[in-house]
Amino acid sequence: MTEHSKDKTGLRGTSILNPSRRQLLALGASAGILTWLGPQRGWVDLANAATPPTKPTGQVIVGLSQEPTVFHPLLVHIEVDEAVYFNLFSALWRVDPKGAFQPDLVAEIPTVENGGISTDGLNWHLKLKDNVKWHDGTPFTADDVKFNIELIQNPKFIAGRRAGHELVRDIKVLSPTELTWRMEKAYAPYPAILSWTFLVPKHVLEKETDINKPAFTTSPVGTGPFKWVERVPGDHITLAAHDGYHGEGPYVETLFVKYIPDLTVLYTQFQTGDIDYIGLQGITPDHYDEAKGLADRTVMPVPQPFIENIAVNTGLSVFKDKAVREALYYGMDKKSIIEQIYYGLPSETESFLPKQSWAYNPDLPKHQFDPEKAKKILDDAGWAPGSDGVRVKQGVRLEFINSTTAGNHVREQAQQLLQQNWADIGAKMNINNLPPAVMWGDYWMQSKFESAMVGIGFMIGPDPDATDFFSSRSIGAKGGSGQNTTQFQNVDVDGFLAEGAKTVDLDKRKIAYKKMQEVTRTELPYLPIFQYAMVSGVKSKLQGFTPNVNVQENCWNANTWYWAS
Amino acid sequence: MANFLISRLVQSLILFVLVSMIGFAVLHLAPGGPLSRFALVPGLSQADIARIGHEMGLDRPLPVQYWEWLSRLLVGDWGQSFRDSQPVLAVIGSRLPATLELMIAAILIAIVTGIAIGIMGAVRRYSIFDMLATVGAMIALSIPTFWFGLVTIYIFAVKLQWLPAGNRATIGGSGALLDYLHHLIAPALVLALVEVAVWSRYMRSSMLDVINQDYIRTARAKGLPERTVLLRHAFRNALLPMITLAGLELPNLLGGALVAETVFTWPGMGRLFLDSLGYRDYPVVMGILMFSAMLVLLGNLLADLLCAVADPRIRLT
Repeated sequence: MTEHSKDKTGLRGTSILNPSRRQLLALGASAGILTWLGPQRGWVDLANAATPPTKPTGQVIVGLSQEPTVFHPLLVHIEVDEAVYFNLFSALWRVDPKGAFQPDLVAEIPTVENGGISTDGLNWHLKLKDNVKWHDGTPFTADDVKFNIELIQNPKFIAGRRAGHELVRDIKVLSPTELTWRMEKAYAPYPAILSWTFLVPKHVLEKETDINKPAFTTSPVGTGPFKWVERVPGDHITLAAHDGYHGEGPYVETLFVKYIPDLTVLYTQFQTGDIDYIGLQGITPDHYDEAKGLADRTVMPVPQPFIENIAVNTGLSVFKDKAVREALYYGMDKKSIIEQIYYGLPSETESFLPKQSWAYNPDLPKHQFDPEKAKKILDDAGWAPGSDGVRVKQGVRLEFINSTTAGNHVREQAQQLLQQNWADIGAKMNINNLPPAVMWGDYWMQSKFESAMVGIGFMIGPDPDATDFFSSRSIGAKGGSGQNTTQFQNVDVDGFLAEGAKTVDLDKRKIAYKKMQEVTRTELPYLPIFQYAMVSGVKSKLQGFTPNVNVQENCWNANTWYWAS
Repeated sequence: MANFLISRLVQSLILFVLVSMIGFAVLHLAPGGPLSRFALVPGLSQADIARIGHEMGLDRPLPVQYWEWLSRLLVGDWGQSFRDSQPVLAVIGSRLPATLELMIAAILIAIVTGIAIGIMGAVRRYSIFDMLATVGAMIALSIPTFWFGLVTIYIFAVKLQWLPAGNRATIGGSGALLDYLHHLIAPALVLALVEVAVWSRYMRSSMLDVINQDYIRTARAKGLPERTVLLRHAFRNALLPMITLAGLELPNLLGGALVAETVFTWPGMGRLFLDSLGYRDYPVVMGILMFSAMLVLLGNLLADLLCAVADPRIRLT
């Protein structure tokens, strides 16, 4: 258990049992983070280059290529909105770059060991911090937690995510800082889901008449390090330091979230110094070399949890045959895609999980670009070349459409390369790209595509549960409620997913997910290409910036940012 | 005049309803929809997405959706944005000042410069100035605004650092008038470039028509100075077609500049329209469409009225 407090100098400190991120860096305990950041990033120097100011000072402008528009974190929203949530609201706990949970609103993370969660994973007992206040000065209590879970469960509420919360029963508030609940069944990803569940104030929202369109969204109140000031639609959002914040910082007085829709213009404003940090999609790969040479800027590739794949619709005759999927994978020149089209920034992968995940399986067979082997697999499976060179088997031509978001020039180049790769082995790929609103509508969700080039984050926060994408019960086109758009069905995978979701024993979960990755690597419902790396850019004098592969946006810890004098 | 006004208003109302029907149908029948942005949101199931669609009313038959939308519109309820749940009128209202600021600046530059170039070109027809102005206008009309905007930013913001790289004002700045004007220069000039070309060509053509008229010859024969002939007699008459042009410019004025607002991160109507279209935010797109339709109808009506006022030969019946 740890309490954050102010020392006599006004600097915020933490107990030795739970040192701050900066203390960890100073102690050299962040070797894990630095390993995946790469040896040349220099974050130790950056993090120790100065000390935080005694009171919030200066401003930081975060540039994003999408506009945050939903300011009620429990309502349905998209990735970019979380850039604001991390700074305006708090969750019960947050997840650090190594995937470990750190207390935020709770005094300690509930575990089986400390009795916070029963051994069967059904009974939870939470202890909250007692010094937390909402931005309007009202104390945060266990009643707020109860209100939030019940709001998500309300069938009339358009909740962003119900998974996990639906299983909570019998919430009992024992005191302002203690509550318990029972889970209908054990659900291991729930702690990860709670790390993404930002809490809203009961005392404000219970007065609202329309729970889906509350006035709260225009002047949100949270417990986060920054409080709401204003939103200039289409331009920027202004947040100001929350003096009574219960955690570390904030060290900057004002945080602006600036919306710049065009990526070239976004980069230009980073060049000219108008913005201090480029978030979300970051600097485009074609600007990477130039950006590295900018004075007083730190530019680095940062791993992201998204995996670029070719998703194949296994519901179609042509892709039902595993030999086709396997041959296409052998016939794919992944290295050229990464090196020539993505400037060598992303890293090759065989898994649907990012390499930083605790469940990542590093022992999967390594991909080889081997067109001859691909041809042999197809020959052996009975796919014979037709008169035009395109293979045919029992009247089915090895010809399919590949789609992605129209206007994504980098992906279009990769498609053209693949088109050539696969033509060489007798597979004809036709490109039909669509506007985003079309591509990711029913065309994707109802499995109307044939194959798609798509970047997907399969995890739930830091949790590897990918039931939504791989379970045979998650096929939307067959009445399922998930995003298994490749229509992949495998009894073993269903079993591993069920095992991984129900046990709270981490070792057992690791085994289940590692085996599952072996199956998906063999069966190839998705042909994995690479794990994304976003080129992040910050002004060199901005201290405390720490990329985190486990969250949606890297301004997750802006409360610890400050300017080196 | 009263009959004319009533007749035009009735025509406008019919047109307005037709535009709304066609716009609504085209928008909703186009592939994709507002739910697609949730497709890759982690943890959001198909059932969740279907529930959101139901709340948005997207699962009802299209004629029912149209009737509900129109019924609300008739009582002044323009609906709420799918993106931020704000009333459509408030969303449009929040973007209008930025667009007005940019467009008025650009149109002023365009009118003053365009008319001056047009008059000079007509008076000195086929001179080097006229040829340069003609070629310049063709180039200005041919240059993509996006490219010109980026080049302007590169030269004046990145290299010379004379002007800001975009935005309406300095974020976190003092909000002083000079700061706003400083930010206005580049986008207004880029946007005015095309408008200068348009206005100069129209003005040149109109002026050429006028200066060959008999009454101009008569004025010259009376011994009036050339300056008086041009400015008092020719210019005033040549301005008549410009009134029509100005009427047609009114929707542009409030509709915003799609490309320039994106390049210069200008939070106006143009960018609102593009963003809303991208997200298939039907209520906002329909709101902008209706707003623009009203302005087109109003602009045309105003142009007709002004022409009648300016030219006694025109009778409105």
